[in-house]
Amino acid sequence: MELLDNLALGFSTALLVQNVLYCFVGVLLGTAVGVLPGIGPTATVAMLLPITFSFEPVTALIMLAGIYYGAQYGGSTTAILINLPGESSAAVTALDGHEMARQGRAGPALAAAAVGSFIAGTVATVALAVAAPPLASVALRFGPAEYFSLVLFGLIVSIALARGSALKALAMIALGVLLGTVGQDIYTGTPRFVFDQRELYGGINFVSVAVGMFGVAEILRNLENERTRTAIVSTVKNLWPTREDRRRIVGPILRGTGLGAALGILPGGGHVLASFTSYAVEKRISKRQQEFGRGAIEGVAGPESANNAAAQTSFIPLLTLGLPAHPVMALMVGAFIVHGITPGPNVITDEPALFWGLIASMWIGNVLLVLLNLPLVGIWVRMLRIPYQVLFPMIILFAAIGTYSLSFNAYDVYAIAFFGILGYILIKCGCEPAPLLLGFVLGPLLEEHLRRALIISRGDASVFLTRPISAVFLALAVAALVVAVLPTIRKRREIVFAEDESLDEIPNPVPPPSPRAHDDLDELPPRVPPQR
Amino acid sequence: MTTTRHRVAARMIAALGALSLLAACSGNGGGGSGGDASSYPDQNITIVVPFSAGGPTDTVTRMIAEPMAAKLGGKIVVQNVEGAGGTVGAGEVSQADPDGYTVLMHHIGMSTAPALYKNLDYKPLEDFKMVGLVTEVPMTVVARKDFAPATLQDLVAHVKANADKVTLANAGIGAASHLCGLLFQTAAGVKLQEVPYQGTGPALTDLVGGQVDFMCDQTTNTSGQIAAGKVKAYAVTTPERVKSLPDLPTTAEAGLSQLQVSVWHGLYVPADTPDEIVQKLSEALKVALADQGVIDQMAKLGTAPVPAEDATPQAHRAKLEEQLGTWAKIIADAGVTVS
Repeated sequence: MELLDNLALGFSTALLVQNVLYCFVGVLLGTAVGVLPGIGPTATVAMLLPITFSFEPVTALIMLAGIYYGAQYGGSTTAILINLPGESSAAVTALDGHEMARQGRAGPALAAAAVGSFIAGTVATVALAVAAPPLASVALRFGPAEYFSLVLFGLIVSIALARGSALKALAMIALGVLLGTVGQDIYTGTPRFVFDQRELYGGINFVSVAVGMFGVAEILRNLENERTRTAIVSTVKNLWPTREDRRRIVGPILRGTGLGAALGILPGGGHVLASFTSYAVEKRISKRQQEFGRGAIEGVAGPESANNAAAQTSFIPLLTLGLPAHPVMALMVGAFIVHGITPGPNVITDEPALFWGLIASMWIGNVLLVLLNLPLVGIWVRMLRIPYQVLFPMIILFAAIGTYSLSFNAYDVYAIAFFGILGYILIKCGCEPAPLLLGFVLGPLLEEHLRRALIISRGDASVFLTRPISAVFLALAVAALVVAVLPTIRKRREIVFAEDESLDEIPNPVPPPSPRAHDDLDELPPRVPPQR
Repeated sequence: MTTTRHRVAARMIAALGALSLLAACSGNGGGGSGGDASSYPDQNITIVVPFSAGGPTDTVTRMIAEPMAAKLGGKIVVQNVEGAGGTVGAGEVSQADPDGYTVLMHHIGMSTAPALYKNLDYKPLEDFKMVGLVTEVPMTVVARKDFAPATLQDLVAHVKANADKVTLANAGIGAASHLCGLLFQTAAGVKLQEVPYQGTGPALTDLVGGQVDFMCDQTTNTSGQIAAGKVKAYAVTTPERVKSLPDLPTTAEAGLSQLQVSVWHGLYVPADTPDEIVQKLSEALKVALADQGVIDQMAKLGTAPVPAEDATPQAHRAKLEEQLGTWAKIIADAGVTVS
């Protein structure tokens, strides 16, 4: 069978000593930069690219790819432990992951993320091996109109991210969209909301917003008083997922993998949607909807799997078409070229050892990552025991350094402070950061594709309906909206005056872990009071 | 009982800290003292690339950084300061200490920025000293695979007849592909619907996917797709054919000789940098451009180092002066301004 021959060729390449070694170096570095808030895989790959010029091409690409997907693993760690997401995907993980850490369940959250990522990575690699060329041709059918409808669909579905008042969530999305418009308009070059500051022409850095809104705001709130600080220093209940946890994460991991693998193929923004959509889906179909946002392990396992599956399948456009979906991929195109390989459809036939070797190495890399990350869970969890006087300044320091090193723009650091304070105020008002971040990420994508589709169609808005893929997504968006709104309307009519108890909790965004959230964990020892 | 745990955790934190400091500091040449031309360089030299990591300009910079560093006997660090079509990075270097430790790599955008950006906070000829030209990357006119015109002349006739239907993609306002597109419209005497993208990657993706009709971009970006037959290529915009695409005619051969453009790259330092230091940098640049490894790597990108006599401050200044005039006119005629 041809596939088996190819895989045999791939593994014989990937299992060469130097390839396994550099694969390990890559995933190790990737994990490290993923863990460090701010320092991203793009900067790392750019710095290491010249070093790889002297390697064998396949070795170089194996290492660079390892950094990329390794960073996707590592990114969840800081999101879970200290509410500091470094990428849009990790922001979703922070929602429930950090809530779990606050309840002393950081270990299961980290383990669920690692296991989910491993399964997703493995499955997506198989998809890459089996069906890369046909899948790539699907990606090419996506033009601006299709992307607009897809992102709109994703935005509507992801409104599920909000856990309280729908009105406040909508206001946050709108604010996020507005913040996303800062910078130079890509169609006319007109600077928008930059106040004559050239540093703002590139827009507000996502990492600054995420680190400020989640991390710094969280720290400010923790500093308020001793009682609510239990979060960071609470007793670790259990390091590994319980049997109940394991049972609960199977479905989310599998659904997240499928969703992420499918969305990752689309170079125009699919991988951004993967974790948002997975979270929304899990929340929608879960029997424990009220737990989402309060430490539901499904809310960690699903998005993390989706994110990792998307990271793997986003190599499909690169390897089969030579078209990069992500800045890291663009760097890898550079690596291909420097090694005298023209990235494009010919790579599979001209350089089979390289193509299949790289794919096989991803599987090896995923094994290495899970071996690397699972033992680390215990050590990471211990980090939560660092006294807060030491931990908090360090978090802010590293976040500032990391963010500055992204593009050496001091405004990115100012933005951390600004969004930290804004995030704190918003929390006090009962508004949540996640919908804001969603608007910030998806708003500009929506605008970009909407305007491009209309430019190409010369202003004829019917393209969104006459192009079949686009029409399907619009129909799905309408359906999602109806499904989301109907029960609310019905419920409103029934209990117009009965205040929902969940609404009571909104003004206090850090409800002490409610007994309800634990009623499935009764095999655990009772909660031990905070030590400090 | 928690002391050992504390220690482990503290060690982890310390290691993390060291790593992140390393990452942040690696981009820092040190700044400060410097300025003594005879001992130059006695600290890291930073080459600022005002575009994103992994782009063609970044790739070219990283190629020449190592042989230049070897000749100078120091270390060179490449730092990407992105934003506003390269004007953020250029503005930063114009304000840097004129001690030769902050160098700017910029491309054709240096000559177009004054026309595109009205409130530019630096003047290319006055606020910089030129070190030398590096390379001139040819551009190619490419179209979606199933676009009707067969030759460049067919293309001109086709877009003139269908000016209200044809779409011309580019990688964003001020990008090389935008400039080449402007020049094409001037040369062909037609005004087309431009479709800007955020960078070459997405533009090329939509061209390969047939969402837009044609564009003009650097060989660094297009030669792979041309070789694979995923796009239709009409011509290369330089006086001579490109080695990596021997069958592709030049624009002059194909009958549109006004369409002559290349993405030229050059190195700059702040205006008050001592001439001896500029000379040392220029010498190092010449050595790097003669390096066989650099020549080979550039050839793979479809380009070549400039001849040694162009890697000099004089040739570079002449090129910049000429280009500033050329683009001021083209951009004014096209009525494009950014701010």
